[in-house]
Amino acid sequence: MDFLVANIEAIVFYAVAALTIAGGIGVISFKNPVHSALALLGTFVMVAVLFILRHAEFLAAVQVLVYAGGIMVLYLFVIMLSRIKDLRSEQVFLSGVAPLAILGGVLLGALVAVGILLGTMAVGDGGAAAMQAVGDQMPGNTEAVGWVLYTKYLVPFEVVSVVLLVAMIGAIVFGRRDAELVAPGEGVES
Amino acid sequence: MITAEPYVALSLILFCLGLIGLMVRRNFITVLMSVELMFNAVNINLIAFSFRLGDLAGQVLAIFVITVAAAEAAIGLGLIIALVRLKDTVALDQANEMRG
Repeated sequence: MDFLVANIEAIVFYAVAALTIAGGIGVISFKNPVHSALALLGTFVMVAVLFILRHAEFLAAVQVLVYAGGIMVLYLFVIMLSRIKDLRSEQVFLSGVAPLAILGGVLLGALVAVGILLGTMAVGDGGAAAMQAVGDQMPGNTEAVGWVLYTKYLVPFEVVSVVLLVAMIGAIVFGRRDAELVAPGEGVES
Repeated sequence: MITAEPYVALSLILFCLGLIGLMVRRNFITVLMSVELMFNAVNINLIAFSFRLGDLAGQVLAIFVITVAAAEAAIGLGLIIALVRLKDTVALDQANEMRG
């Protein structure tokens, strides 16, 4: 019991990390896109738990609301709209590329892991206090993030809003029904 | 007390899973989900180092990453709708007009 109480953070972290990786493996290995989407949903929620463990409570809420609530619903809608039954009988992976790509991914992972092991981590004690402080007060994580976001990072914030506007226009243009979508070979001859 | 290293290792594993899925999957929808996995791996990294350094810049950057991920999802899913309308499939090797 004492072991549990003393190491509760480590136990929660490793359990959640295992579930996160399991979800990631599910995303790339399930044949049915709906199953992949549900695995991705599990990964999102587990990452939100990791955010709470690192005292990023506001981001955990954003993660659940935007990813699990917004993006996931968008994916499921598109899966329902596109005819996935056509794909089910065919092959899952791109032929020929798969072994090379897996080898490349594993090699990149090994390379970065060696980099992590050889290099020294950034120094600093950090801690929960800095995640909640505005000046010398401690109003909480949401207020602290908002304070930094709207003072020090105000210009990037405005630039990101332009990115969202461009993405919205792009999505509308792609989704237009009367857009000129002509397959090669059957184009309009003038 | 957990240090930043296990978080970075987890982020690395998740990023490589997303990268492998991005390269090998044939279904466009699953490829986009793999990109979301990679975005999440980056966010874990940012949050871990934000805590380690006691600097909120990492959390603000993670908010920007989430915003860009939402924009990417909207554009990517619009592309899927256009591809389905044009070719009646979501298989990436069917979209080979540019011989890529």
